[in-house]
Amino acid sequence: MISLAHYIVLGAVLFCIAVAGLFINRKNVIVLLMSIELMLLAVNMNFVAFSRFLGDAAGQVFVFFILTVAAAEAAIGLAILVLLFRTRSTINIADIDSMKG
Amino acid sequence: MNPQLLQLICFYAFGLVTVAGALSVISMKNTVHAVLSLVLTFFSAACLWMLLEAEFLALALIVVYVGAVMVLFLFVVMMLDIDHEKMREGFVKFLPVGLIVAVVMLVEMLGLIGVRSMQAQVLGANPALAEGMSNTQWLGHALYTKFLLPFEIAALILTVGVVAAVALTLRERSDARHVAPGDQVKVDPRSRIRIVKMDAVRPEPPAVAEEPQS
Repeated sequence: MISLAHYIVLGAVLFCIAVAGLFINRKNVIVLLMSIELMLLAVNMNFVAFSRFLGDAAGQVFVFFILTVAAAEAAIGLAILVLLFRTRSTINIADIDSMKG
Repeated sequence: MNPQLLQLICFYAFGLVTVAGALSVISMKNTVHAVLSLVLTFFSAACLWMLLEAEFLALALIVVYVGAVMVLFLFVVMMLDIDHEKMREGFVKFLPVGLIVAVVMLVEMLGLIGVRSMQAQVLGANPALAEGMSNTQWLGHALYTKFLLPFEIAALILTVGVVAAVALTLRERSDARHVAPGDQVKVDPRSRIRIVKMDAVRPEPPAVAEEPQS
């Protein structure tokens, strides 16, 4: 019998994998973006599970909006990446330090 | 076979594939392979949502994410020339830190979930079917009544995303030759050609060709 905890645990595992991905792939911007997508997937998993188990449509509507925003974010992020590669010929995070932050 | 047992088996199978895909996303050497692993992860996540009877979102995940966003990722990854060896520098160095943070976070979350799941909630009747609607209808009902304004804002965000992506990557070439539409519209035909009226003149008859020499 599937319980709510099954889905939440799966979401937690996915989120932690994504956090680990952010830590160990510090050089590659594309993998960082993909880790963020994984995090969003983990959150969406929780939203869908709660929506289904509590019988509330708001959770699934929220997932819909997250998908929308994530698609826009991915498009803009990749556009910035292409621009960056065109001007600097690298996507290494360590080389992107011209703003001296 | 007991349908609930089958459901549980399916959950574990899809969950295993999802986690394995996520692990390979963050550990693959080649970024193209990582993107393809992410496609697998999204696909099995969609299967899991299908198991929860969230059919619309499962299909939207496949169409929007696998079909559009991941193809965009793949496109960019293949367009850029990435030195994979250089990108892997520091992978081993940061591995312990990442693992420790991830494991600590996971243990904390699992503890929290473990405490909360004492009152185990099991899968009840599908709320959409209980109201006599399909999942898509149920979702659309909420989307177009209670969430109409957020829905419009989402459309606006997508438009802004399109404009921003085009504006960022549009490149003006200095050596390109453009057509100025304003000048084109302003053109007057009378300034281009001048029609000259003149009388028709009969041309001189050509001289008689000489006899060919034998």
